[in-house]
Amino acid sequence: MGFQVSQNGDVTLVEVEGQLIVGNRQELKQQVLEQLDGGDKKFVIDFSHTGYIDSSGLGVLVSLSKKIREQGGELRLSSLNEDLRTLFELTKLDTLFRITDTKEQALEGF
Amino acid sequence: MEDTHTLNDGDLVLELPSDIRSIEHAVDFVMRRCHRCCEAAQRLNLNFRVGLTEALSNAMLYGNSHDPSKRVRVEVAFQRGSLHARVTDQGQGFDPTQVPDPTVPENLAKAGGRGLFLMRELLDEVSFNDRGNQVTLVLRLDSGGGLEGGIQA
Repeated sequence: MGFQVSQNGDVTLVEVEGQLIVGNRQELKQQVLEQLDGGDKKFVIDFSHTGYIDSSGLGVLVSLSKKIREQGGELRLSSLNEDLRTLFELTKLDTLFRITDTKEQALEGF
Repeated sequence: MEDTHTLNDGDLVLELPSDIRSIEHAVDFVMRRCHRCCEAAQRLNLNFRVGLTEALSNAMLYGNSHDPSKRVRVEVAFQRGSLHARVTDQGQGFDPTQVPDPTVPENLAKAGGRGLFLMRELLDEVSFNDRGNQVTLVLRLDSGGGLEGGIQA
């Protein structure tokens, strides 16, 4: 379980491996904020290898999206499986984020 | 994880410290036991897993206020086609009727406040004791369609 951070041009790609839950949300937040402080403004968080997300995980995504927008940037989400997408729909967070089927789609035209 | 013992075949009691790092391991442990009793079911994998994670988070973060000396008790039982989980903290309790709806526009961009909402959406029954320091989650596994898909609660 962890987060893989890579650069694709000027886009920071973070891949969530395992779970995004109360026990590791701060690790994700810290990694993204370090990139943001370093000047990065375009972020994609990919969930291809994510088992599940809890409300704390959803909350940290909301918090990060707000901080990135405040710096003039954007956070996109990609590769949510059917269960994860349904969690976003239940909580109506699908209306707050740009969500794409693949990370390639998220990176395109960013 | 401490003080683990089996009550009956399929029933389980855990006593956890108020340490959020223990949640994932505790939930994984419970899920492995549940799969032995209930066989694989997608509603178990998502609905019960996330619901139990939320209950433990609430108990540790809000009920016990991160106090590592306070414990969280988890009791899981499989009864007549339903999975029951009771989570009890040592806090003062809260009024679950006073928790705002996180999906209304004024709350949508808030970072917190979705735990109880998700529990209610994902589980078939969510109930609290009068004090508000104990939540009981019920997931029915034998209702129509319940074995095949996640969510649906």
